Amino acid sequence: MLRSRIIPCLLVHNKGLVKTIKFKDPKYVGDPINAVKIFNEKEVDELMVLDIDATRENRAPNLEMIKNLAYECRMPLCYGGGITTVEQARKIINLGAEKVALSYSALNNISLCQEIGSIIGNQSVVVVIDVKRKKLFGGYDIYTHNGTKKSKWKLDELVAKLEEICIGEIVINSIDNDGTMQGYDTNLIESIREKCSMPITVLGGAGCLDDIKKLISKFKIIGAAAGSLFVFKGKYRAVLISYPNREERKLIY
Amino acid sequence: MIGIIDYGSGNVQAIATIYKNLNIDYEVISDKSDLKKADKLILPGVGAFDATMQQLIDSGLRDELNDLVIRKKVPVLGICVGLQVMGFGSDEGDLPGLGWIPGIVKKFNINKIESKPKLPHMGWNTIKDIQNHSLFKGIDNEFGFYFVHSFYFECESEDNILSTSNYGIDFTSAIYSDHIIGTQFHPEKSHSNGVQLFKNFAQLQLC
Repeated sequence: MLRSRIIPCLLVHNKGLVKTIKFKDPKYVGDPINAVKIFNEKEVDELMVLDIDATRENRAPNLEMIKNLAYECRMPLCYGGGITTVEQARKIINLGAEKVALSYSALNNISLCQEIGSIIGNQSVVVVIDVKRKKLFGGYDIYTHNGTKKSKWKLDELVAKLEEICIGEIVINSIDNDGTMQGYDTNLIESIREKCSMPITVLGGAGCLDDIKKLISKFKIIGAAAGSLFVFKGKYRAVLISYPNREERKLIY
Repeated sequence: MIGIIDYGSGNVQAIATIYKNLNIDYEVISDKSDLKKADKLILPGVGAFDATMQQLIDSGLRDELNDLVIRKKVPVLGICVGLQVMGFGSDEGDLPGLGWIPGIVKKFNINKIESKPKLPHMGWNTIKDIQNHSLFKGIDNEFGFYFVHSFYFECESEDNILSTSNYGIDFTSAIYSDHIIGTQFHPEKSHSNGVQLFKNFAQLQLC
């Protein structure tokens, strides 16, 4: 049987790893390569690395950094940040990443997903959707550029479009819950899960392994991603990289 | 020496790193004239079927590989699309495959699968080692391997099925025919199981 995936999500900012709260206040948590080495030892299901500067600085992906990460990485790697062309995506896959994640460039030009998919395979194209709850009447708005620019896309229309063009995976990221460690936004996931025949990975809010367990028991096969949970320890948020071992994971799946 | 074929597709470096750490002699080969130096070959693959076949054709590797694998019986391990190109062709593309193992690559037909699984099949899945083959010696089948694909190899003959996995239906997750082996999963991204599989491949006595 296929198992759900428990995925540490690492954010790269100024060449170091950081963790944000509601997409703000990046706190330095360490060196990317060092983190990959630790996650190798812990036999992580999959790793997601997002460069949160690239799109905002209108900069291409840092291929040197990706190369160093991919060479070290013994687990599947998904890289996102600054990808705007097929050629960049192709290079990143050739460096050894399994998947490339797009956000702004995909929302801006959906056909880019198809163009990239025709070269690297649709299964390796991931779209990350950052959403924030609307203040008054419920529902969600989509944002890009680290939550600073509101997108014109409506969530259900975007999901329907991605479904139509066939991509590998949707990562749905709650800006409201980011870094809060208060649990996932299950309403958000419910609102798209049924409409979607692609794998979904959920990001934003996991504070303990029980949050992941609850997510998996409710939604069955799903990707459960988390940042803070795997880089902080205790209420004072001391930096300590952790991940459940094989036995602990058996109790979660 | 294990020759890891670098034709612009797949996790060449991840495999190289594993062999380096195992202290097993390997070389990353991108020039077709160097292929004959290898005792065994690894054909990695990440990508769409036609794009991968086209790269094999354009680089001249296809003809050289046919000569080495079919005529000189050099053992080869194909990974993911590197497995898929071993058949006659694929639902994903129009180009013919290498035709080393009888079969074609099909897309999971979700409409016909009762549990309606999501595509692609992505993540860690268990395997059933059908043939008790030494490629799987010392491997934890329950921990399994990492998969990311929507297409799978359908063998014409069950004799070529090395392992199966289940994703709503049982499908072939590894194939073989004497010295030709392919895995749909990614051993280079499958932690200790993957390392063990590469070690086993290096030690296999196939001819």
